[in-house]
Amino acid sequence: MSKSLIDGLLLSILMVIAPHAEHLALWVSSLCGLLLLWRVYLNHSGKPQPNKWLLMLVTLAGTGGIAISFHTLFGREVGVTLLMLLATLKLMELRTPRDAMAIIYLALFIIITNFFYSQTIPAALYMLATLFVITATWIQLHGQNIRLKPRLRVAATLLVQAIPLTLILFILFPRVQGPLWGLPQDAYSSSGLDDKMSPGSLSRLILSESVAFRVSYKDKVPLPEQMYWRGPVMWNFDGRSWTTGNTTGQFGPPHFTELDQTIDYTVTLEPHNKTWLFALDVPDKISLPVTLSYDFRLYSKKPVNARIRYEARSSLGYRANPQESEGQIRRALQLPKQFNPRSRQLADEWVASSSDSAGIVQAALSYFNRQGFQYTLEPPPLGINGIDDFLFGTKQGFCEHYASAFVFLMRAANVPARVVTGYLGGEFNDIGNYYIVRQSDAHAWAEVWLKDRGWVRVDPTGAIAPARIQRGLSAAVTNNAALPFMARNPPQWLRSLNLNWDALANQWNQWVLGYDTERQFAFMTRLGMESVTWQKMAMNMAAGLGLSVTLFALLMLRHLYVRNRTDKVQMAWLRFCKKLAKAGLPRAAHEGALDYATRIAAARPVLAGPIQDLAERYSSLRYGRIQDEQARREFLQRISALKT
Amino acid sequence: MLSNLKNRFRAWALRRQLHDGSTVTLTQRRIYIIPTRQGFALAFVLLLMLLGDINYNLSLGYVLTFLLAMMAVMSMLHAFRNMARLQVRAGHVEPVFATESARFVFHFHNNSRLDRYRINLHDMQGHSTVFDMAALGHSEVILNIPTTRRGWFRAGRVALYTHFPLGLFHAWSYLHFDTRCLVYPKPLGNAPLPPGNIPDGTGKRSMAGDEDFSGLRKYVAGDALPRIAWKVLAREQGLQVKQFSTPLGEELWLDYSAATGGSEEEKLARMARWVLDAEARELRYGLRLPDGDMPANLGAAHRDECLRRIALFNLPLPDSTR
Repeated sequence: MSKSLIDGLLLSILMVIAPHAEHLALWVSSLCGLLLLWRVYLNHSGKPQPNKWLLMLVTLAGTGGIAISFHTLFGREVGVTLLMLLATLKLMELRTPRDAMAIIYLALFIIITNFFYSQTIPAALYMLATLFVITATWIQLHGQNIRLKPRLRVAATLLVQAIPLTLILFILFPRVQGPLWGLPQDAYSSSGLDDKMSPGSLSRLILSESVAFRVSYKDKVPLPEQMYWRGPVMWNFDGRSWTTGNTTGQFGPPHFTELDQTIDYTVTLEPHNKTWLFALDVPDKISLPVTLSYDFRLYSKKPVNARIRYEARSSLGYRANPQESEGQIRRALQLPKQFNPRSRQLADEWVASSSDSAGIVQAALSYFNRQGFQYTLEPPPLGINGIDDFLFGTKQGFCEHYASAFVFLMRAANVPARVVTGYLGGEFNDIGNYYIVRQSDAHAWAEVWLKDRGWVRVDPTGAIAPARIQRGLSAAVTNNAALPFMARNPPQWLRSLNLNWDALANQWNQWVLGYDTERQFAFMTRLGMESVTWQKMAMNMAAGLGLSVTLFALLMLRHLYVRNRTDKVQMAWLRFCKKLAKAGLPRAAHEGALDYATRIAAARPVLAGPIQDLAERYSSLRYGRIQDEQARREFLQRISALKT
Repeated sequence: MLSNLKNRFRAWALRRQLHDGSTVTLTQRRIYIIPTRQGFALAFVLLLMLLGDINYNLSLGYVLTFLLAMMAVMSMLHAFRNMARLQVRAGHVEPVFATESARFVFHFHNNSRLDRYRINLHDMQGHSTVFDMAALGHSEVILNIPTTRRGWFRAGRVALYTHFPLGLFHAWSYLHFDTRCLVYPKPLGNAPLPPGNIPDGTGKRSMAGDEDFSGLRKYVAGDALPRIAWKVLAREQGLQVKQFSTPLGEELWLDYSAATGGSEEEKLARMARWVLDAEARELRYGLRLPDGDMPANLGAAHRDECLRRIALFNLPLPDSTR
């Protein structure tokens, strides 16, 4: 096996492993990196490959290490890690072309594992680059002496020819709605809101720039302070954390009245591996078969583990559950007995001074507003009486602190209340005409139940930092160094570049990544196919492929038929002889070009020079080893010059 | 089952048992294509990938799977193109001594603007050679096949195949040139020349030899090809043989009946040694075989003729139809 072939294999494996480096355990990526470096050294120093026993030892140790750090040898993440390790180790025992072939197939397989983590446009381009390198190496394996340039050309040709065919297949290949079998628990990565909220959980999420979902409004666009996207609703408080508690709908569906200000919109939700879907308060209609829970959340039976699109209608004006059941009221009032005595005392004071629940809410909001509270991403840590410490000590907090403290105070004051988490606002993309809602738009607020008015949204954050509600996070936080870049008001050109890119990514998501059975059928109908069936698509696909392959075959095989240029030379010579024959100097059947020229030179001394020159050129072109285009052209020129 | 299929395929592919003419062009009717083991392995890998794509709903996975599948399909065309339109002609094969390798020569012409890579030429016993060809080039490909016995050695059917570019497809073609190599017996390692130098007695007499051209005579069967006066033939004056004369010296007769040794083969091997030794010592020698004599003479042409007589002695005539 040649050095350059081994280098090619090394590069292939490096390219397929590299994107995994960020989520592999550090020791695994370092081990793979070291093994690769060692292999490069062995290859270029000409030293032999390590012996079998050493490799066996490393393999066992690596597998053991993976088993220990993952606590299992099954599952997707473990599988990917093992595959990386094995591919690298396989490079250490390259003996036959078969080993090289195994590495190439392994590399191709590893490319696909990268799509578990990223299927963005850069990932697609990187795939093409990787495939090009692998193909060039693959060709070298089967065409040993082929030089680099023709090798790259063949690889590029194969790839370029395959692209249009792939397009046909991609569009027409009948899609099967997966999954075919149960997926392991870790099949999908998740980031986003959780069904538990403790101090710090949201401010951590805020640091992520990743997209939660994208929204395009049909005609009316709500005001920024109306864009409350409802997520998990928290009922239970244990003194530190809020949890959703019982989420199943044993309490029956909600009851909305006096709905107005309807808004229609389409949401493209990124997979977050949780069951809930997001809608503006309060949802009225949705295009998916999902359930509306008693606390106005939308949830589906299965976790959202693929990007989904849904159309929904919400009413911004509403009256929700003005008649709430006893059970719900009790749930919305329960608090842990011990903790936070000072807060309870404060609540009792408000109860004494206020005539009704609305008055208590007002008292609380003005308390937040006037007592010097600060809105910050980096609040100091809180003790065991978290609410007391926050309200009377640190007075620095983020939305989850305010929502949590507010709901605590309300419940202490006997006003039914709950914490709602979700997203607020979003960034408008004027290129694609939609809103991007990122994880950095995560928010927590409160809802209180007022007699006859039902559940009313109260956002205590608005009492401290109204800018957060109206203009987003960067306007509200003073020290924004900790914020993700795009949440920090970047320069205009960068912002527009970013929005352009996001618009492109959105199209990519909709058309390439979101191309499922439904989209496929819709697209076929748009292309003019009547009553789409998969048989029809398969037939069209076969026809399209057949046609394209035939076209390529014609283009490729064209190079095989070159006009025979030697014949041109011979024809010119024979024409010339005929001419001489007419002039009374015919060539004898046995006479070669040179003999003939000598005879003519003797008979017609005038012609001697040019004829002998031509005869020499002719015989060297016809019988010589060197086929020179230049000489051919010169001969043809001279012979036609002599004719005239 | 598989070998049965293979045999049936061969019977079909070789249904035209005739030998190929002087130049063969590899057209699509002569080139067969089948996936290799690695091709089937890739199909399996692609199937796994497709299942993964469906199960995990990986759109880019679909793209990769389809790209690879289509590259594989296109590689079939590339494999075909790597062989198509090549022109082959069987070349002259030099005689060898038994146990040496016969060097079968094939002239390949590539009249296209495409480079060809890693074309494998092999016989049915597994002797093979690999070559590349430049665009518009030609090359002389030599297939070495070890010989065992004296006589005519036929290469038989030879085949060409290529796995270029991805090794997924086996594109091949058969060539049926009636190309053969004359195999001389392997000379015995050590065998002293026979003692009997037979003097002529008459003194000076002109004797046909190699030294000076002395005229032409009519061709008789068995005359060495280099002796034929081709120029005369070209003038359409019949098949004539050039005659040379040398002053008569001593003559050494290499007689089959004088050769010691048990078997016929051993005797012939001894005679082959004698011919080589006599030639090396520049003795004039004649050959006396039970089926006829070779008049005494000297020179490379004479030596080759003698070896040829020894090689073909007592063998059935080569039938040119097989």
